[in-house]
Amino acid sequence: MALSTPKTIGGATAADVTAGVTSGRRDIRGKIIEGILVVALGGSLLILGTLIVDLMRRSWPVWSDSPGDFLGGPLNSANAAQAGVWQGIKGTIELAVIVAVVAIPLGTACAVYLEEYAGSSRLAAFTRLNVRNLAGVPSIVYGLLGLALFVQFFDLGRTVWAGGLALSALVLPIVIITASEALRAVPYSVREGAFGVGATRWETTRSHVLPAAAPGILTGVVLSLARAAGEAAPILLVGAATGLLRTGNQSLLEQFGSSFTAMPVVIFSYARQPGDDFRELTAAASIVLLVLVLFMNALAIWLRNRYQRKW
Amino acid sequence: MALSNSEIRSAADLRIDPRRNRVDIAMKYFFVAAAVTTFAVTAAIIATLIVDAIDFLRGIAETDEGLGSLFQIGWFPRRGMFDIGTLVVGTLIVTGIAMLVAVPLGIGAAVYLSEYARPRVRRTLKPVLEVLAGVPSVVLGYFAIAYINPNIIVNLFSGANAAFTLAAAGIGVGILTIPIIASVTEDALSAVPLALREASYGLGANRWQSTFKVVFPAAISGVIAALILGVSRAIGETMVVAIAAGATGGGLFSLDPLQPGQTMTAAMAALGFGSDQVAGDNNAFQSLYFVGLLLFVMTLFLNFASDRLVNRLREAY
Amino acid sequence: MEPTTEQTEHAVFAEAHDPEEPKEQVFVTDDLHVYYGDFLAVRKVDLEIAKNEITAFIGPSGCGKSTVLRCFNRMNDLIESARVRGRVDYHGIDLYGSGIDAVEVRRRIGMVFQKPNPFPKSVYDNLAFGPRISGVKKKSELDDIVESSLRRAALWDEVKDRLKSSAMGMSGGQQQRLCIARAIAVEPDVILMDEPCSALDPIATGKIEELMEEIKTEYTIIIVTHNMQQAARVSDRTAFYSVEVNETSDTRTGILVEYEETDKLFTNPNDERTERYVTGRFG
Repeated sequence: MALSTPKTIGGATAADVTAGVTSGRRDIRGKIIEGILVVALGGSLLILGTLIVDLMRRSWPVWSDSPGDFLGGPLNSANAAQAGVWQGIKGTIELAVIVAVVAIPLGTACAVYLEEYAGSSRLAAFTRLNVRNLAGVPSIVYGLLGLALFVQFFDLGRTVWAGGLALSALVLPIVIITASEALRAVPYSVREGAFGVGATRWETTRSHVLPAAAPGILTGVVLSLARAAGEAAPILLVGAATGLLRTGNQSLLEQFGSSFTAMPVVIFSYARQPGDDFRELTAAASIVLLVLVLFMNALAIWLRNRYQRKW
Repeated sequence: MALSNSEIRSAADLRIDPRRNRVDIAMKYFFVAAAVTTFAVTAAIIATLIVDAIDFLRGIAETDEGLGSLFQIGWFPRRGMFDIGTLVVGTLIVTGIAMLVAVPLGIGAAVYLSEYARPRVRRTLKPVLEVLAGVPSVVLGYFAIAYINPNIIVNLFSGANAAFTLAAAGIGVGILTIPIIASVTEDALSAVPLALREASYGLGANRWQSTFKVVFPAAISGVIAALILGVSRAIGETMVVAIAAGATGGGLFSLDPLQPGQTMTAAMAALGFGSDQVAGDNNAFQSLYFVGLLLFVMTLFLNFASDRLVNRLREAY
Repeated sequence: MEPTTEQTEHAVFAEAHDPEEPKEQVFVTDDLHVYYGDFLAVRKVDLEIAKNEITAFIGPSGCGKSTVLRCFNRMNDLIESARVRGRVDYHGIDLYGSGIDAVEVRRRIGMVFQKPNPFPKSVYDNLAFGPRISGVKKKSELDDIVESSLRRAALWDEVKDRLKSSAMGMSGGQQQRLCIARAIAVEPDVILMDEPCSALDPIATGKIEELMEEIKTEYTIIIVTHNMQQAARVSDRTAFYSVEVNETSDTRTGILVEYEETDKLFTNPNDERTERYVTGRFG
């Protein structure tokens, strides 16, 4: 845009200024660029919409015919008429329990170390770097870890224990990172107040920092569980069942120690089978998993917004 | 025990209750132990991969072809052919197509949300990306084989395989990669100080000039970090290729995206998945760890590079 | 013969400062230096803090008065790079000696901070936290402590009906008095105040100054303040700190310039730098 001096000082009118600022040609270019960007964002919206519509359309027969049979039926990659998702739902819940019990306390404790105890020590810097790396490792590698370490070395076999531990390792970095952020958001003055009346660091953390950071930590927990619920590769490598899963009458503990499957694995199994029947089942199962995962993500976001404290 | 405000006679009066002290120290060790566990995980991953990969290499070294089986044309593990080249090329093709999808959509969405969208629009549309980020990869795998391939690939390109193509898998992986590119790019853009934009507008530049000539270049290292992270994610994506790329456990060296193919992760999936695992200590199965090691090293390197770039951006501001 | 004015003054002075009954020294510092890493933040501070007096630290920004204050309750320990050289004696005991636990030190030497920082909990829990961790478990005892602390901080009447409500809902002035009550609740003998009124309006400030006068009979108070008039109003003794600029290394180090009875420091200071500061010519 060329600088133009008005012919006479004070002679410049509003029109001159407007003309200088909005040259016709440039306006179009700007509008085109903005249009392209809107298309880019709209593309994602379009893809999401297409996905959901396609899933619903294709799974409609399942929902209209016998949703109960579908939701209650077992994993069955041979016979579409008898196949369902119940074992997948059960397995996903069992795995989530293990992840919650293992990864949440461990990850939160590590975050407490990083934010409350370590400061800028070398160990802290290395730990943070290590955690960031672990966060970027492909999920199938965690499957390899699960297979070699939990299934074989610790001899847990192809059980829920092994699958749950593999998923816990996968999710651990996420818990650490989100919990660290939540702890960091608690202002230092809260800790100062506690130290000022003669509290030890643990007393300060336990009574003031952790409670204040709890909503943020909880958000991270829900996000981690949502991630774990959607992962297939690690538990497939650990040996989740894809064809048929025989379960007798087992106690809860025994169930954890036996073969299993999970929602993502059910979807994978059905997706591999040819035929429209299985396509419908896959779509329906996908909807079940999507509803679960999206609900958890929405819950996490709601938690974050509701309890975000303005210090 | 009431609080004592007794005279301070000696240093002993300034000692803490030993029980409180013990608890405090014990908790400190507990937290340190938790941090050390993360190193245990890393060590376990590395140990597993290296030990079993070496086992594999030693195993094939003893066969007739020896280490040459790593360079046969084609990946057929059950026949003792372990051409890494096939896998890497397949991975690159899928990743390339994925980036073709993810980069424009991801960066475009990020730029729009960060620089153009009004707050209300932003609040409604940003969740779209967050929802996309939550979609499990199996579901996208299904989408790739059930929708993308039949409706898009086959319609656009004659000669495309009707069931499995690397291209459909690539698009699926790309869709999965959009959110991470968008998110890191948006972070990078918002790290650019407001003052820079104000300076640009103050000089009379309009929105697109400010965005693309001032803000975007200032955030460039963050954007590159986003791209690198996207590539890393795309390389490591397993389920989409396992379902849609037609991994039948073997494949010839191929550069054709319109046909089924093999990628590193697809090969691993075929070897390791499901009740019909090829279990045991034979070379075919062990190759799983060898490819895994390769994958791990690649993504580690990429993540390192991306990390460095993000730090550089952070330091600059 | 009528005593001369000077003799009367002398007598009055002698009575107030009877040399046979020296005031007990709560703190004595000897050659105190504070480093942050390699940077010398405060150089050579020698002073004594007398019991049941209000001592003010004044001086321009960056002169180290807060740093010195935080030496008295070892809050500097919380900063990784902070190091202390020299001695800080508390009732004759070296505060930084081996075996001395900073946690117990901080119970006996309380602190009120610049920006009121009540815990994000109820009024009751704010006050009960300190006693609880020190071992007081019975509810009746805690109730007593809460009430007496609030009374002593002149806050009881205002909050007695809402002890369970959140402390964050109180006004700034009330929050700061709550912080004082919180410090009182663990029965310290010293209260350190780091610019306690700088975030408050004049009315709230006035209330706090009144409070300080009331409680000084029970506690020894050291206050860091930017407000010279405040120091002149409330304190018995005043320490004036200033900044020494080292041209070559381009560093600024805090030094103690003068430490004197408040009246004397403000009306007839010994040091020229003090005079320039209190008459407003710099700082």
